[in-house]
Amino acid sequence: MGMTLTQKILANASCRENIKTGDLINIKVDIVLGNDITTPVAIREFKKYGFKKVFDNNRIAIVLDHFVPNKDIKSAEQSKVCREFAHEQNIKHFYDVGKMGIEHALLPELGIVTSGDIIIGADSHTCTYGALGAFSTGVGSTDMAYAMATGYEWFRVPSAMKVVLNGKLNENCSGKDIILTIIGKIGVDGALYKSLEFVGDGVKSLSMDDRFCICNMAIEAGAKNGIFEYDDITKKYLDNREERKRKIFKADEDAVYDEVININLNEIEPVVSCPHLPENVKRAKELKNIKIDQVVIGSCTNGRLEDMISAYEVLKGKKVKDGVRCIIIPATMNIYKECIDRGIIKEFINAGAVVSTPTCGPCLGGYMGILAKGERCISTTNRNFVGRMGHIESEVYLASPMTAAKSAIAGYITD
Amino acid sequence: MVGKVFKYGDNVDTDVIIPARYLNISDVCELSTHCMEDIDINFVKKVNKDDIIVAGYNFGCGSSREHAPLVIKENKVSCVIAKSFARIFYRNSINIGLPIIECDKADEIDNEDILNVDFEKGIIENRTKNKKYNINVFPDFIKKIISSGGLMSYAKEQYNG
Repeated sequence: MGMTLTQKILANASCRENIKTGDLINIKVDIVLGNDITTPVAIREFKKYGFKKVFDNNRIAIVLDHFVPNKDIKSAEQSKVCREFAHEQNIKHFYDVGKMGIEHALLPELGIVTSGDIIIGADSHTCTYGALGAFSTGVGSTDMAYAMATGYEWFRVPSAMKVVLNGKLNENCSGKDIILTIIGKIGVDGALYKSLEFVGDGVKSLSMDDRFCICNMAIEAGAKNGIFEYDDITKKYLDNREERKRKIFKADEDAVYDEVININLNEIEPVVSCPHLPENVKRAKELKNIKIDQVVIGSCTNGRLEDMISAYEVLKGKKVKDGVRCIIIPATMNIYKECIDRGIIKEFINAGAVVSTPTCGPCLGGYMGILAKGERCISTTNRNFVGRMGHIESEVYLASPMTAAKSAIAGYITD
Repeated sequence: MVGKVFKYGDNVDTDVIIPARYLNISDVCELSTHCMEDIDINFVKKVNKDDIIVAGYNFGCGSSREHAPLVIKENKVSCVIAKSFARIFYRNSINIGLPIIECDKADEIDNEDILNVDFEKGIIENRTKNKKYNINVFPDFIKKIISSGGLMSYAKEQYNG
C-alpha cells in the first residue's frame, strides 16, 4: 500500500521500507526546538533525570520569543534559565534579545530547518516548517527533554487528509484566508491526529510565506502536521540558506488518504474566524457591525515580510481610526530591518500604528496588547479561545494582515 | 480509583486549563492554583484527591504547554476521561504520567457522578448511574513509558543517561 508524503519521511527516518498508519516508531530527530516558556520545564526534566550533555549541541534551537524583552521578573528568571543552559551546553542555535525572532519565522529564515527534516518543537505551531516539505510537529516539554537527551522521539504514524488546492487566489486574499476557510470546513478537530497534505495545481501560485501561514495553523484543525511537497518555490527559498542538505520526498501515487477535500482558490473570500473557536469562520464583509478596539498584525502566523507589505499597502497614506489601537510586530529582526529599509515602518507610524520588536506577547495574552473586559480585537494571530488575549469577556477575531489593516482604518471589521 | 466528576464540554483548550498570563510562573504548585480558572473559577477550591475530569471531544486543544496536564496532575485529579484528546495534550499526559482515557460514552457521565476507574480491567463504573463503560487499553510501547513512570524515566532506563 502506498505511503503519504509524511509517511515517506517517517519511513526514511525509521530506516524502514514501509510503515503504516498506527505504527509506533522511535526515530532520530534533526532539530529540537524550545522557547522561553517551554524550555525551562524541559531543562528541569533533563537535569532531574541526571542527563549531563545534550545529544548534539548543533541540533538544538532555543529561541526566547514569548515574553522578551522580559515583561516582568518571573519571565526574566525563565529566560535566565534558558540562557545559562544554552551557555553551559554550548547550544549553537540560541537566540536572545537582539538576535531573536518569533521562532517559526526565525528558523526557516536562518536555514536551520530544511526539506525532509524531522523536527520537533515544544511549541504547538512547530507544524509551520511542513511548508518546506519537512515533517515537523509540536510536542511538550518532556518530549523536548527526551529528545535533547537522546536525539530520538516517539511517534504514532499518522493517516492523512489530502487537501487539493486548485485555481488561483484573488488579490484581496492570502494563505490565511485559505487555512481559515479549511478550518471552517473541517472544524477544530477535523484533522485530529492526522497529517494535512496540501497538493494540487493551486499550490504553485502560493508563496513560501503563504505556505508557512497555512502549515502554521494545521494545529488549529487538530492536525499532527501540515505539509507541502518540495517544488521550485521551495528550492528558491532554500538555496543559499539551508545549513544542512535537503532531502526530497514525494507521496506515492497510490497513497491512501482518510479523506480528500477540494478547495477552489478562486472562490476563497476574505474571511474572519469569530470568537471563541478558530472554526467559527464567516466572510469579513458580513461582520461590518463588529466594532473593534484593537488590531494586532504579527505572530508566527502572519509576521513575515509579505504580511508586513500587505498591511503597508493598505495603511500607507491612511490613518488608523480614532479610538483603535493598531499594534504591528514584524516577526524577526531581519524582517524588522527590511521594513525600516523599505520605509514600511515609517508609514505604519504615520498611520498611527505602534511597531514593536519581535515578540509573541499579545497573541497568547502575555503582554504588549492585553484586552480589557468587553474589548474586541481583530488579529492576524492563530487562536481566539476564551481569554486568549486578555480578559475572559474580551473577544478575538482572526484574519489576514490585509483584512486586519483595512479594519484598522474603518474601526470595524471589513474586507 | 474512586472519584467525583467535574464535567466540561467539547474543545476545552489549554488556555482555559492554564491561562498564558500565568506561564511566567515556573513553580508547579503555585501554577496549579490557577488550574481551570477561565472555565471554572471554583475548580481548585472544589476539587478533591482522586476526582475525575470528564469532557467531550478534543480535550486539551491549542497550545503545547505541558503546564496544562501538570496543573491537573498537581491538583491530584486521578484521570481525565474525554471522547477525544488533542494530540499534544495526549502525549504530554502520557509523558508526565497523568492517566487519560478515551471513552465514547463520556456523554453519559454527568457532573458530580461518582466513578470507579479500573485501569487493569479496562472498565469505568458509574456508581451514580449504575452503568459500566469499557475502555481501550494502551499499546505496549505506551504501557512501557507509563510503567517506567513517564518518558524521562524510560529514557534513563534505555539510554543510561
